[in-house]
Amino acid sequence: MSIKTSPALNSKAPSGPISDKWSHYKSTVPLVSPNNKRRIDVIIVGSGLAGASAAASLGELGYNVKVFTFHDSPRRAHSIAAQGGINAAKNYRNDGDSVYRLFYDTIKGGDYRAREANVHRLAEVSGNIIDQCVAQGVPFAREYGGLLDNRSFGGTQVSRTFYARGQTGQQLLIGAYQALSRQVSLGAVKLYNRHEMLDVVVVDGQCRGIIARNLLTGELERHAAHAVVLATGGYGNVFYLSTNAMMCNVTAAWRAHRRGAFFGNPCYTQIHPTCIPVSGDYQSKLTLMSESLRNDGRCWVPKNAADVKKNPNDIPEADRDYYLERRYPAFGNLVPRDIASRAAKMVCDEGRGVGSTGLAVYLDFADAIKRDGHAAISARYGNLFEMYEKITGEDPYKMPMRIYPAVHYTMGGLWVDYELMTTVPGLYATGESNFSDHGANRLGASALMQGLADGYFVLPYTIGSYLSNEIRTGAISTNLPEFDKAEKEVRDRIERLKAIKGKNSVESYHRRLGKIMWDKCGMARTEAGLKEAIQEIQALRADFWKDVFVPGSDAEYNPELEKALRVADFLELGELMCEDALHRNESCGGHFREEYQTPEGEALRDDDNFMYVAAWEWKGEGQKQDLHKESLDYEVVKVSQRSYK
Amino acid sequence: MKLNLKIWRQGGNYKNGQFVQYELPNVNPHMSFLEMLDVLNEQLVSKREEPVAFEHDCREGICGTCSMVIDGRPHGPMKGTTTCQLHMRHYNDGDTIVIEPFRAKAFPVIKDLVVDRSAFDRIIQSGGYVSVNTGQAQDANSIPVEKDQAGRSFDAAACIGCGACVAACPNASAMLFTSAKVSHLALLPQGQVERKRRVLKMVAQMDKEGFGQCSNVKACEAECPKEISVSNIARMNREYASAAFTNESN
Repeated sequence: MSIKTSPALNSKAPSGPISDKWSHYKSTVPLVSPNNKRRIDVIIVGSGLAGASAAASLGELGYNVKVFTFHDSPRRAHSIAAQGGINAAKNYRNDGDSVYRLFYDTIKGGDYRAREANVHRLAEVSGNIIDQCVAQGVPFAREYGGLLDNRSFGGTQVSRTFYARGQTGQQLLIGAYQALSRQVSLGAVKLYNRHEMLDVVVVDGQCRGIIARNLLTGELERHAAHAVVLATGGYGNVFYLSTNAMMCNVTAAWRAHRRGAFFGNPCYTQIHPTCIPVSGDYQSKLTLMSESLRNDGRCWVPKNAADVKKNPNDIPEADRDYYLERRYPAFGNLVPRDIASRAAKMVCDEGRGVGSTGLAVYLDFADAIKRDGHAAISARYGNLFEMYEKITGEDPYKMPMRIYPAVHYTMGGLWVDYELMTTVPGLYATGESNFSDHGANRLGASALMQGLADGYFVLPYTIGSYLSNEIRTGAISTNLPEFDKAEKEVRDRIERLKAIKGKNSVESYHRRLGKIMWDKCGMARTEAGLKEAIQEIQALRADFWKDVFVPGSDAEYNPELEKALRVADFLELGELMCEDALHRNESCGGHFREEYQTPEGEALRDDDNFMYVAAWEWKGEGQKQDLHKESLDYEVVKVSQRSYK
Repeated sequence: MKLNLKIWRQGGNYKNGQFVQYELPNVNPHMSFLEMLDVLNEQLVSKREEPVAFEHDCREGICGTCSMVIDGRPHGPMKGTTTCQLHMRHYNDGDTIVIEPFRAKAFPVIKDLVVDRSAFDRIIQSGGYVSVNTGQAQDANSIPVEKDQAGRSFDAAACIGCGACVAACPNASAMLFTSAKVSHLALLPQGQVERKRRVLKMVAQMDKEGFGQCSNVKACEAECPKEISVSNIARMNREYASAAFTNESN
């Protein structure tokens, strides 16, 4: 291994044996005394699992916390939509699970592109999350003995996933929201709903606050703090169609990036294998069907392309290709998401896809219903089956579901060190908005785990390391020239957008960007395609700033203006994602370059040259960004080709 | 198919409003209701008119953001369905659809179909939680919960906080919302310590926000997209009476 880590990147991963790193860190990290915490202000942007849990925990510790959400209520954050579950190394099943196994599965599932120390810490605190959530009253699934139930999930051979019917994210978020609400009522946290962060303010190299827009009045507000935490989610909506909620966006992270926070592995995108296929041009978003369905559902397509239009129930067993079970006998339908997605794409590319567009495969529950009965399947997946029927008008108890992969999660995000701090001192990123724990592919039921781990159990410790140096700083003024400048830049940007008065809707640009991204930076990427995509995005961006139309006033509630600001940032991010995908001359996890594959069509990594985190530095508008590398030097896990056969 | 829409338009910052008619040709029956409104908005933007403001986010029926009244019914005609999960296949060519915001004193209209539901947050802040700091929890399996009881608690916890119950109620009562949270926690062992205090505080906050009283119309249950049962209201009344009579601090 000869990859040299850039001097700009210090992971701060503690030394020592992997299982001691976190406990040693916790017992030696500098503390802030209670009377000093009262004098320290922390801003948290975002109120999903990562933001709400951090806000509640920091409020409990005694910091002055302000939390910002662009929703009408913190409970609307997109974490709420997670269906399947949350992993934890409790080993309640007695099936051989352990912290090490969860750590190992996550590293391997991430195709050896995550930082070992972070992932081990995640596995260590996973059990505490379940304890915390149960104590809050999260109604997890139970067995008759009253103890917690588990299910298995893709990419693992143990049952370590805790769940609350098909609404685990909702219940966990409500738990965190309630903990946050308690702190609001106690006066420890001040809640700013309908406020969107549009810039971070950096003073003498340290993050000192944010500029937020009040979405009801359009006023720009300055908020100062000793540290700012971005818990602003992922950027999957750069693809226009994704399973992300409509308002998910990259703006907070991107504005931080432009102020000096490096962006890590932007090209690592997770395409979720089980989503309801696209049905028409009007489509605004895609709906995920929980991966837990693969526990009982079997993926198949007809063996013969001639059968694709037939009623699936009329296709005999012998003429079906259960392609995941055939190719991956050890894991079968439970292979990780990236592998399941590519396998679906491959059979559709062979002309064996089903449905009106030919871009779908069957997910069939007939065998499971025969084996376990209608009632058992309904208890496990009832609400998912209902949701499917509402959207498609077909009954999955009688007809196999039709599914196709869709963009779901972004492993990339702001680069952070072991303390979750970005390259801007005092600016932190947690949850999906950072890059840290999932490598090039995230395992199912691990997003909820990471969001809550960061907010409940990691950040409350690590932020003290920085804030212990802030106890003498005193209150930070919002009259500093840096605040003037940042506010003016935001105002100018809004004025500029309004003044264009072009002829195309914001939506039309977003849709065009999404198509470029999906076609050329989606499930399979090529050098030529990515180069084209970069040019197309540049042209589209130029056109946007010449010809977009933003109706309405900026002094009132104006969702079109909000969207325009977000799409403008997506148009910059998309290019960086393509640059990142283009420079990574290997395939790993969610990043699949067609040039780099094994003869069987599996991702072919190049560990000698690419076992690093790519962290990009903003160099100014129209400039190429600088690449910094953080070498991933594994101390524990033996790196090998990922095999689920 | 072709649709006629009568939509409530109201300027920002609490101005007066009125119904405005729109015609929408070429609606695809597979569209969702919100996608139909997207198409209308694209059409308005292309004519340089201001699009209809409506709230939405997940479009999967779980975030509780979408909130309109369609032909007099919150979230439209389908049982157990949010507006975002309503599809146009349930309408016919030539239909006229009337679309309004949720109407309640405690939910002031912000613009067009968007209302302010922050009263719900304040009800939760008044006591809708278990007071447990991060790190204080015991091992999860040391709190067994009987399976059916956990299921009942979940049924109440499934509330998405959309406010359809308030919009459906002739008294604009928030009893279904509040009672769902009271029930969720009262049915669990974790919720016992604060059980009395919680129900008293939440009911007091609910009244303070200007929601009306429950008169057993049960429209809330009929319109709830998560089919939260009115038995929760009965439970809350019981909890409240019991707490009011026995809670020494009040």
